[in-house]
Amino acid sequence: MLKALQIEPEKCTGCLQCELACSFQAEGVFNPSKSRIKIFTFHDEGRFVPYTCTQCSEAWCMHACPVEAIVFNDRTGAKEVLADVCVGCKVCTIACPFGTVNYDQDDKVAYKCDLCGGAPECAKACPTGAITYVDADHTGLARMRAHAAKTANVGASA
Amino acid sequence: MAWAKKVMRVNLTTGRIGSEPLNMDWAMQYLGQRGLATKYLTEEIDPKCDALGPDNKLIMTTGPLTGTMASTAGRYSIVTKSPLTGCVACSNSGGFIGAEMKTAGWDMIIFEGKAPKPVFLHLENETAELVPADEIWGTSCWHADEWIHRKYQDPLMRIAVVGRSAEKGCLYAAVVNDLHRAAGRSGVGTVMASKNLKAVAIRGTRGVGNVRDITAFMAAVQKGKKVLADNAVTGQGLPRFGTNVLMNVINEVGAMPTRNMREVQFEGSSRISGEAMHEPRESDGKPNLVTNAGCFGCTIACGRISTIDRGHFTISNKPQYWGASGGLEYEAAWALGSDAGVDDLDALTYANFICNEDGMDPISFGSTVAAAMEMFAMGVITKQHTGGVELKFGSAEALCWAADVTARGEGFGLELGLGSKRLCEKYGHPELSMTVKGQEFPAYDPRGIQGMGLTYATSNRGACHLRSYTVASEVMGVPVKTDPLVTEGKAELVKAFQDATAAVDSTGLCVFTTFAWTMEDIAPQIDAACAGGWTAQKMLETGERIWNLEREFNLAAGISGKDDTLPDRMLKEAAKTGPAKGKVNNLHEMLPKYYEIRGWGRDGIPTNETRKRLGLKSGGLAA
Amino acid sequence: MQHVIIGAGPAGVIAAETLRRLDPGASVKLVGDEQEPPYSRMALPYYLFDRIQEDGTHLRKQPDHFSRNGIEVLRARVTAVNTKARRLTLDGGKELGFDKLLIATGSHPIRPPIPGMDLDGIFSCWTLADGRNIAKRAGKGSRVVLMGAGFIGCIILEALAMRGVKLTVIEMGDRMVPRMMNQVAGGLIKKWCETKGVGVHTSTRVESIEKSGAALKVRLSSDKVLDADVVISATGVRSNLEFLGGSGIETDFGVKVNDRLQSSHPDVFAAGDVCQGRDFSTGEYSVQAIQPTAADHGRIAAANMAGRSVRHQGSVNMNVLDTMGLISTSYGLWMGVPGGESAELRDTDRYRYLSLQFSGDHLVGAQSLGLTEHVGVLRGLIQTRVRLGRWKDRLLKDPTRIMEAYLGCTQALGHNAGVLA
Repeated sequence: MLKALQIEPEKCTGCLQCELACSFQAEGVFNPSKSRIKIFTFHDEGRFVPYTCTQCSEAWCMHACPVEAIVFNDRTGAKEVLADVCVGCKVCTIACPFGTVNYDQDDKVAYKCDLCGGAPECAKACPTGAITYVDADHTGLARMRAHAAKTANVGASA
Repeated sequence: MAWAKKVMRVNLTTGRIGSEPLNMDWAMQYLGQRGLATKYLTEEIDPKCDALGPDNKLIMTTGPLTGTMASTAGRYSIVTKSPLTGCVACSNSGGFIGAEMKTAGWDMIIFEGKAPKPVFLHLENETAELVPADEIWGTSCWHADEWIHRKYQDPLMRIAVVGRSAEKGCLYAAVVNDLHRAAGRSGVGTVMASKNLKAVAIRGTRGVGNVRDITAFMAAVQKGKKVLADNAVTGQGLPRFGTNVLMNVINEVGAMPTRNMREVQFEGSSRISGEAMHEPRESDGKPNLVTNAGCFGCTIACGRISTIDRGHFTISNKPQYWGASGGLEYEAAWALGSDAGVDDLDALTYANFICNEDGMDPISFGSTVAAAMEMFAMGVITKQHTGGVELKFGSAEALCWAADVTARGEGFGLELGLGSKRLCEKYGHPELSMTVKGQEFPAYDPRGIQGMGLTYATSNRGACHLRSYTVASEVMGVPVKTDPLVTEGKAELVKAFQDATAAVDSTGLCVFTTFAWTMEDIAPQIDAACAGGWTAQKMLETGERIWNLEREFNLAAGISGKDDTLPDRMLKEAAKTGPAKGKVNNLHEMLPKYYEIRGWGRDGIPTNETRKRLGLKSGGLAA
Repeated sequence: MQHVIIGAGPAGVIAAETLRRLDPGASVKLVGDEQEPPYSRMALPYYLFDRIQEDGTHLRKQPDHFSRNGIEVLRARVTAVNTKARRLTLDGGKELGFDKLLIATGSHPIRPPIPGMDLDGIFSCWTLADGRNIAKRAGKGSRVVLMGAGFIGCIILEALAMRGVKLTVIEMGDRMVPRMMNQVAGGLIKKWCETKGVGVHTSTRVESIEKSGAALKVRLSSDKVLDADVVISATGVRSNLEFLGGSGIETDFGVKVNDRLQSSHPDVFAAGDVCQGRDFSTGEYSVQAIQPTAADHGRIAAANMAGRSVRHQGSVNMNVLDTMGLISTSYGLWMGVPGGESAELRDTDRYRYLSLQFSGDHLVGAQSLGLTEHVGVLRGLIQTRVRLGRWKDRLLKDPTRIMEAYLGCTQALGHNAGVLA
């Protein structure tokens, strides 16, 4: 059974523990600016929304990559950037309609959530259970996927 | 090793910005943040200097853990000489800018001199520049924050800023960061504005690494988080009700200062308590509280995000306040509420918004308003002074008006901006000022909690609860329960809390963790991150060294043992109700013992033996 | 079933792979006229400044990727298409039959009609072979004149600068990347290049190029004459259609297609730079010549070739460009629409710019300079035609809040962190 990140924004306090854990796992330092998961703050409404790649089946980033630097991990379902193959052309960053592929201006490569190879650190670090890693069918990702499908030219048929 | 080992020095007079290595010898003795910046300050300024003159310096400082994954590790402090007290000021704040500064690669920023024209500092990693602030000078913190974010097109930039109150010389102006977090006490914002420095805007993308033993660190951090989560206060009480969980508790103890501390219990406390913030309003069916919120890295999340009833008189025609923002903490709820006799939760939330919007310490502001209200009741202050406003105890309208005019530095607001001590002196009633060394009392009446009397009297920054929060022991039983009405053992308790707090304030961690954490929980996190062998014992020694260094600064500034006292009202007027009925604060039973265990003479001056033991200069700073 | 794809660029390769997946029993042939394994032009600049080796430009990294997937790769140039007989004529006279044909022949650089364009030392930067030649000729200290500051021109600027050449750019338009960025942003890119030591002449044409000893003299419309060791022509591209003459397949700027990417002949499809496909924003049919559209086209054309009926709803025109470290993007109707509102933020000192274009209450276009985080959400907002509601006013006030707008509009969110009873 594939697992996926389940995000329940109503539980988020905006503490950024997830961003710290993510950046530490990916970069070896505590650096929220390099985190693959981001907390968006809606100050006027008192809301915090964690957001990261849903590993959508359309995989816009992967298909847009001209040099096969984004690959599918069939064990986790993640689309992973191969940093040593990525040339830094940034096409994936404009192609992802969720805005979850970013470009690292220091390392000159694209980066995105890779589910930490199947044990996402963000979920482990979250103190309130706003981010959990659960069976994909339970995540309510269906809603986001349905929305993603609106972007689709190909939809589910290709 | 957790420290970035870099200090930025900004000479506002010349506009020169330089970088220098952090003094690691000092870091080994003073750790970081409060301790280390105080060391820098004492080395660099004359304690007798004019706090609002160019010779004072303002240090924005992080601790070694700031920006790491340790729970609550986002704290920074502003250390400077206070214009309110003349003492060393160290105001600590959460939010996100402390971690951002560290992530940009800096332990400390030292501001010196005075800019010829208003400026703000823009810092992005290794690049810093002073930028003209003409367009935001004379505007609120919130406006300036939005303006700077827009200018740089960067929603993630973190900003610390002073408001109009600071610019107009309000002596308890705060530095507000991330819209509703503040280095609140002692007028550090006033100092910043006196230097023509409107804001510090930071974006850091370098990260915090350099952890001595990362495996041990992550293990210690993980363990610490679990302790916080499993503790009833940090795991349940604070996230659910915030610090305002104390409102009803302290009122029942009979230590709720009310109407300028004339009384020790407030009949309206249940209407302004943490619990009340959860209750649906009659008008719109929504509670005051929208959510709790965490500062950087905080797994407690005591922060309150609140709204005001849109139909409330304060904002019915001001849609800019219809959204959510930082809500009432206990100290603000008390100072704006019971000390002014006001039990209108919406009005308090409004006044709190205004304190955040224009950068005022709500404790000092509320206490000053309370003193003014007492003088109004006596007829000393009249409607002529206030421009027709009935400045009466219990008047929500008067409170909100006072907030507005003080925030903007208009009319009578300029007088309220003087603080309680100067205002009461000006109107000939210094005895009505509930202050120590010029700083207003917080929300614990020392007649009902004896240890807090000693805390206030000996605090190095004037009356303050955050220098030794003996309430934890005397009311909550942390780490052990002591009787709030007795004085025995309180000198020891106060010293222990003062030293421990000084150490915690030097780490980058939040002092609220100590409801659950002891030094045995904290030291392993520091030690794993930093070189220097940081045992619990060394932490406490460091805390004691810091405490004494602060004392030395104050002594050199001309403050003496004679100032280690309380207003007569605390010492002579007995509590009228509650468990402490008939009690005054028996400071005289505690102070000599305190001096003794501190290793100070009867004059309150550290002996040379004590100085030697702690590695401080023989003969004090002036020597 | 015989599927034949002409053109081994991204559109062709993705189509071949999609066909293999959807039509396992069919034969799939990929015909390319370059010697190298299928490679990406997007990667050429990175090859030019030695960030990657030649194999780093390859579209697929496993050497046996195509054979393993049962895709036959043929090295040949198609010279004619006989739609009646369903046969292709290859260079050398051989023929190749097909049941379904995909035209994915891409485009070629325009050669401006300027005297002297055939002199030695003048190159396009379009093929790997071009890249090799430039790398050989333009070394440290070489004087290089780049004709054209469009997308291709700008993308190789940094590669050239990093080779240490002395660079001058000539652009006919009044700014850099005039077909991607407006005056403000294009002007900022120019200023940026100038501060990096690149000479930029806008509103200027090259009149002629002459030989002068071992070097070249480039005469400009401003009467200025530049000495150059190498001239690179990057003045635009045009679809590769010549071989379709006499085939009966209707063409315009590219191969005309319907919304199934089917040409005027039902068994012939088109994809990528050669395809005049539907533009999402305008609803009109145009040649976009960009990588994401090539990928869209490849997948959709292949699905239709495999007998599925998949509609192409139009591709959003979008570009991302790294001009010597200054990153710019543009999306959709970046120039705005009549009567539409817009929001703009500019910080010229820091080379940051953001412009959003609205039609009614949805986003239809955008441009940015210096934005590298969450930029793709602009596509999401445009392509899903999210109704912005109150977020439109917020974006008008602060256009940086695009991600919040997207989340605010698309996610039904709860409140209060679970602490309220």
